[in-house]
Amino acid sequence: MALKIVKGSIDRMFDKNLQDLVRGIRNHKEDEAKYISTCIDEIKQELKQDNIAVKANAVCKLTYLQMLGYDVSWAAFNIVEVMSSSKFTYKRIGYLAASQCFHESTDVIMLTTNQIRKDLSSPNQYDTGVALTGLSCFVTPDLARDLANDIMTLMSHTKPYIRKKAVLIMYKVFLKYPESLRPAFPRLKEKLEDPDPGVQSAAVNVICELARRNPKNYLSLAPLFFKLMTSSTNNWVLIKIIKLFGALTPLEPRLGKKLIEPLTNLIHRIMSADRSVYIPFLVARVRTKGESMSVLKYVKAMFVFVVKYLGLLAMSKILKTHPKSVQSHKDLILQCLDDKDESIRLRALDLLYGMVSKKNLMEIVKKLMLHVDKAEGTTYRDELLTKIIDICSQSNYQYITNFEWYISILVELTRLEGTRHGHLIASQMLDVAIRVKAIRVFAVAQMATLLDNAHLLTGNVQRKGICEVLYAAAWICGEFSEHLDNPTQTLEAMLRPKVATLPGHIQAVYVQNAAKLFATVLKSQEGNTDSTAAQETSQLMIDRLPLFVQSANLEVQERASCILQLVKYIQKLQQKDVEIAEEVIALFAGELNPVAPKAQKKVPVPEGLDLDAWINEPPSESESEDEQPRAIFAKEEPKHSRPRHTEVDEKELAKRREARKQEQANNPFYIKSSPSSQKVYQEAPGVEHIPVVQIDLSVPLKVPGLPMSDQYVKLEEERRQKDRADKKKKEKKKRKEKRSGRGKRHDSGPESEEDITPAHMVDIVTEEMPESSKQGQNVCLCHFRLSRPLADSEKLPVRSHRAAEVLKSPAQDGDAESAASQEPKKKSSKEKREKKKDKDRDRKVRVTCLQHYSPPPSPVNDIQGNLQDGSQVVVSVIFENKCDSFLKSMEFNVLDSLNSKLQRPEGSGPHDGLTVPFQLPPGVSNEARFVFTMQSIITPQKLKGTLTFIVKNEDSSTHEKLDFKLHFTCTSYLISTPCYSDAFAKLLESGDLKCSSVKLEGVVMPFHHLLARICFRHHFSVVERIDSCASMYSRSIQDHHVCLLVKTSGQTVSIDAKCDEPTLLGNVLDEIKQTFSQC
Amino acid sequence: MIKAILIFNNHGKPRLIRFYQYFAEDMQQQIIRETFHLVSKRDDNVCNFLEGGSLIGGSDYKLIYRHYATLYFVFCVDSSESELGILDLIQVFVETLDKCFENVCELDLIFHMDKVHYILQEVVMGGMVLETNMNEIVAQVEVQNRMEKSESHMERMLLRRHLEPLSPHSHELG
Repeated sequence: MALKIVKGSIDRMFDKNLQDLVRGIRNHKEDEAKYISTCIDEIKQELKQDNIAVKANAVCKLTYLQMLGYDVSWAAFNIVEVMSSSKFTYKRIGYLAASQCFHESTDVIMLTTNQIRKDLSSPNQYDTGVALTGLSCFVTPDLARDLANDIMTLMSHTKPYIRKKAVLIMYKVFLKYPESLRPAFPRLKEKLEDPDPGVQSAAVNVICELARRNPKNYLSLAPLFFKLMTSSTNNWVLIKIIKLFGALTPLEPRLGKKLIEPLTNLIHRIMSADRSVYIPFLVARVRTKGESMSVLKYVKAMFVFVVKYLGLLAMSKILKTHPKSVQSHKDLILQCLDDKDESIRLRALDLLYGMVSKKNLMEIVKKLMLHVDKAEGTTYRDELLTKIIDICSQSNYQYITNFEWYISILVELTRLEGTRHGHLIASQMLDVAIRVKAIRVFAVAQMATLLDNAHLLTGNVQRKGICEVLYAAAWICGEFSEHLDNPTQTLEAMLRPKVATLPGHIQAVYVQNAAKLFATVLKSQEGNTDSTAAQETSQLMIDRLPLFVQSANLEVQERASCILQLVKYIQKLQQKDVEIAEEVIALFAGELNPVAPKAQKKVPVPEGLDLDAWINEPPSESESEDEQPRAIFAKEEPKHSRPRHTEVDEKELAKRREARKQEQANNPFYIKSSPSSQKVYQEAPGVEHIPVVQIDLSVPLKVPGLPMSDQYVKLEEERRQKDRADKKKKEKKKRKEKRSGRGKRHDSGPESEEDITPAHMVDIVTEEMPESSKQGQNVCLCHFRLSRPLADSEKLPVRSHRAAEVLKSPAQDGDAESAASQEPKKKSSKEKREKKKDKDRDRKVRVTCLQHYSPPPSPVNDIQGNLQDGSQVVVSVIFENKCDSFLKSMEFNVLDSLNSKLQRPEGSGPHDGLTVPFQLPPGVSNEARFVFTMQSIITPQKLKGTLTFIVKNEDSSTHEKLDFKLHFTCTSYLISTPCYSDAFAKLLESGDLKCSSVKLEGVVMPFHHLLARICFRHHFSVVERIDSCASMYSRSIQDHHVCLLVKTSGQTVSIDAKCDEPTLLGNVLDEIKQTFSQC
Repeated sequence: MIKAILIFNNHGKPRLIRFYQYFAEDMQQQIIRETFHLVSKRDDNVCNFLEGGSLIGGSDYKLIYRHYATLYFVFCVDSSESELGILDLIQVFVETLDKCFENVCELDLIFHMDKVHYILQEVVMGGMVLETNMNEIVAQVEVQNRMEKSESHMERMLLRRHLEPLSPHSHELG
């Protein structure tokens, strides 16, 4: 009975599959969360069952819940269980769930390594496929390292389905385990010419991704890709190849020229085929001169065709290199601003930035202003606003010819609804008003109107951002109050009670500038006979200021109470009929000028100080004063200091004026005003120059109400015409002057806004690699040089367990065995390779180990080792069965020395052998690992060992024994470590190193071979090589530095060596000597 | 590289999500919401590209999407992918779905999310485009489905064989 219930409930649970879950969720719209939580409880029950089908079903449902945002990481272990099911159906569910919710910090991933390896080598290609797909989503550095070799093998799988997946996943492996790139690269390259187009495309894909990180490495593949490009018909491959060339051409200019023809052909082919119009856009990315010109033609055609967006994108790429050619398409781009698609409009805006010139600035901005009015959505409007300001202010207002127009544009912008950029506008206003002296009158008038209409700006909450503008307005009105028409009215506006609702920092500016205004007002009123007006003004101040004194903002409070006291005092004096305006004004005396970086020069030299006299002995050559380090003064921001009036003698002044004139003449960005006008100029390093325009008086200085920038466009036209006439006159005059005056200087370059040549206007920062991804997940991937030959140490780690499968092959007939055992005993010395890896520092060591043995069925063949830390060595031994019989019960034993010990499992005696965990059928090799503990690494080690095993053939079995020696050379503890020459020099100078030297006679090989041999056999790296002399460096696993200086003359090679451990050094030198004596 | 593939309906309900870069579940949901917000307010006759939302990487990434009836298919890609190429890929993917489900509609995606995933796995792998040839994709999907079918058939056979002798004894066991 009980079973019935249990069975029933199992059935019910089992019945609720993914579809039922979805249906259930849809039926419980009101209490979805509650329903799902009961479902999760059920799932938890299901996961506890032993039945894998039930589990898989549960995991499948979890995958769905994960999509809905539920964390399912608690079921990670169950997912692994389902992944390891032998049935494809469940395996697929498991891998899908894993790919959706596993990530690097999921700890159960460690458990999957072997399962994945098993699946990768499964005879069923879809098991392998599913494993590869899953792995591509959750590969970790550990998995990548352990599985890299298996995946590499799969790259040559017989099925293209597996090949292409294996090729693609290699990219992920490279990212996580960059060391695998070099060994895997040759095979990846092979796959470029795979007969299957899918595999080919995958290989191209991977190489393109790699090339984005470090294109240099892949230059050598250019011819191959070139061939592919002309032969391939797969659009995907073409796209990727062209992208790749886009990355390569900046590095190899010749490539660009070569590409023009095939690309044009390609475009023609595709245009006529009309299948995928997209290629031309990509083509545009190959930014070479001649070619982008021809591409532009197609890009333009594209506008008519389909995709404006991409056309614009392509144009912006071209703009960076060829601004002129894009500028001619201005109308087209302006049209795009009318597009209803925001993406397109934003792209067009980007383009506009690079396209403005003095000539078209007003027109473009006018167009933009129209859009601002029309624009919906604050994001786009804000974008427009910043773009307008960016366009106008770029390169220090280079393109602005009329600043009144600009001010009115700024004022117009303040009327924008809900913009966040009040601050930006304010800073522009301040900047222009301070730096362009001539504009101040106009600016002040505008600002006064703004202040007057402040309620419009502060009206509703939405407009909060814009009230920043008042900050600028108040400051400008206060600072330049002498230009105000009606200062009293402005003062009144600034002291309105409503001001108290503004943010604190703005109020503070209000208060301070009200005081400045007050001073101005006093001055104008004191001149009058009637003193009541002045007293009324004081009264106004005294009435209104207490409001600010109560402010919560400390700054406001402080300033207000200070000024209030001052005004009270003034009032007292006024009542006594004392004229105080002058004194009040003196509080704010001094004019604010933009301070040039070279303003220091204006400071008069104190008497008795001779700047030309040397304090110390002069160096051989003195720098001219003009060349004084500009960088120090490069701070461009106008300083708000007030230079006091200085007294300079006439001569000095004349001299300076002269110097300045000369500078202006040589400055192409300086806009000349009429000779009589006052000049304010700034010089900053590089292109940062501020043109200061003397406003022509044809422009009305007073504009009633808020200005309309449009009128300036018209005026500008007139002005330009007039200018043109004026300029001709001026030029003549100037030339005369020049000829008569100091004829030293040449005619300066383009000197007015009319000579519009984009060459010096568009300052585009060209990016080297705009496409390279910024996040650089694994920077070290870029540092691998693929052209270097592959060193042994870089071979991918090979795991041993897989050989178990080969075991199936049955033992061969026994006759052969006896013959084999009778074979003459060969004394062979074989080179053993050991690979050691220091886990902490992630370095590798290669140990060459000589081994003499006399084997009948030669088992020991290769040694590979891993060094875990400074003293532990893992040696992996490859056993190869060369005879024809079956080997079993192998035992590996080594006689421990004082210095080195074989690590044995706990509980076993010091002389017990270790059982090799496998058997060897004939002709099979397998690998086992043994851990050794090393005390010191400064002397070479030879360990004697024996291998006992049973040789089994059909009817008999014999016990055999094999002696061998493990040779750990000192060289094997060295790691080839790159070292920079300066670090190397420092190391040598440090004096901690002991010296030793050795001479080799009769070496007949080229010097570079010799070096290569030392590098290869003894793990050194060349620090520097000069002619027949080279310095080399290496490091031991216990951090001893070893430095070599190798010199050659004739057949004699002398090696001077330094090391902090003399014994180690001696041994290493002996080994080097031995290497060369053998050859 | 493709960073994420999102399918959601006109109301922003996710129908399939596939991130090729790890995001925690709540972040994934936020990204879906943000993307839906960006995409849904766009007209059907404007272009299919827009800059990615702030959550998924900002303007370094592009959202490339297509809108079919009630569903949005959104691919978030970086600059190494061609915009039109991806657009084409979405079309291939949807046509493949159409073939596999025979006149695919939103309900198919709702109830067979796993199958949609399996199809997607044949198109994109680990954020990289695996196959663009529809026939090839469909063929591989079908072989795998057949494998699954034969496995479940075998299982049923086995189950029957196991259950038949078991049922008479059940009382004793109870």
